[in-house]
Amino acid sequence: MTGTAVAERKIALTINGARREIPDAWSLADLLASLELDPRLVVVEHNGTILRDRDSFPRVSLARNDIVEIVHFVGGG
Amino acid sequence: MAHADLLSHESATHTDPQPFVIAGREFRSRLMVGTGKYDSNARMIDAIEASGAEVVTVAVRRVDLDRGKDEGMLHHLDPERYFLLANTAGCYTAAEAIRYARLARAAGFNEWVKLEVIGDQQTLLPDTAGLLAATKTLADEGFKVMAYTNDDLITALRLEEAGAVAVMPLASPIGSGLGMLNPYAIRTIKQRLSVPVIVDAGVGTASDACIVMEQGVDGILMNTGIAAASDPVRMATAMRHAVEAGRLAYLAGRMPRREVAVPSSPSSGMLDT
Repeated sequence: MTGTAVAERKIALTINGARREIPDAWSLADLLASLELDPRLVVVEHNGTILRDRDSFPRVSLARNDIVEIVHFVGGG
Repeated sequence: MAHADLLSHESATHTDPQPFVIAGREFRSRLMVGTGKYDSNARMIDAIEASGAEVVTVAVRRVDLDRGKDEGMLHHLDPERYFLLANTAGCYTAAEAIRYARLARAAGFNEWVKLEVIGDQQTLLPDTAGLLAATKTLADEGFKVMAYTNDDLITALRLEEAGAVAVMPLASPIGSGLGMLNPYAIRTIKQRLSVPVIVDAGVGTASDACIVMEQGVDGILMNTGIAAASDPVRMATAMRHAVEAGRLAYLAGRMPRREVAVPSSPSSGMLDT
């Protein structure tokens, strides 16, 4: 992520309603890892499509202006 | 009677002979509880344990990316021990509720959903038209839909027709603690539906739960009644007993109400005055 000598190309996308910049060519798995989120404990919606297969996360590439929603279970009645 | 016989006789007559089954799955408790509004996760777990509940509801929300990563319920609730029932609380349209239900299913635990489509922010009363539409869509997609609804018989019947596996009329508005406002409506719904009827919302204390179960309904779901008590763990224990007591009283069949007194002691055999 940081500390590399080569300037990384960044892209901006919307994650949970907020604009964020991430390095180009990151996969969804890379994004979750950077956010310290366990893929087994969250559900991801990518550009309106719910990703039911967590094993696919390393193969899901993220692009400029993608919309990503990351949800989980919280207390509720 | 030998001691062992006495014990088995007692357990046969003192317990509920009917298993609690929804959509072919048997649950060990007729009391279902929510996980919201607790001031600590430790207290929530203790209260759920004390309640004896198997079905535990959770909500679907965005992960807060700027806060601690352990706020998710799965860091605290063991999905092997509890049956996680996701809700669609906070959804005001059928489309929104359907999206939340699909997100919950993608978590990978089960295909059940406590479906809420709310119609009004002040009362949190259900939007029954949206609820019916969402029930139909989700049932067609293979969801087991438990539909939170008004205490209205016609809506309850339509929800059953639409494929709901359980219908959940309110006792009174969510979080109000007002108890059961219309026992006649709840009884009528129970009498007319084939799917289980589980009263959801409005139970404020143990006597409320007991009276709800005495109407013959199959179960109760509650959250605030336990979580907002001064001592949630003690209230959860009270609710567990109240649900069991109300169920047993219903099965036992109460005595008829009379507006005149009838002596319990013999009127004959009195001494001469």
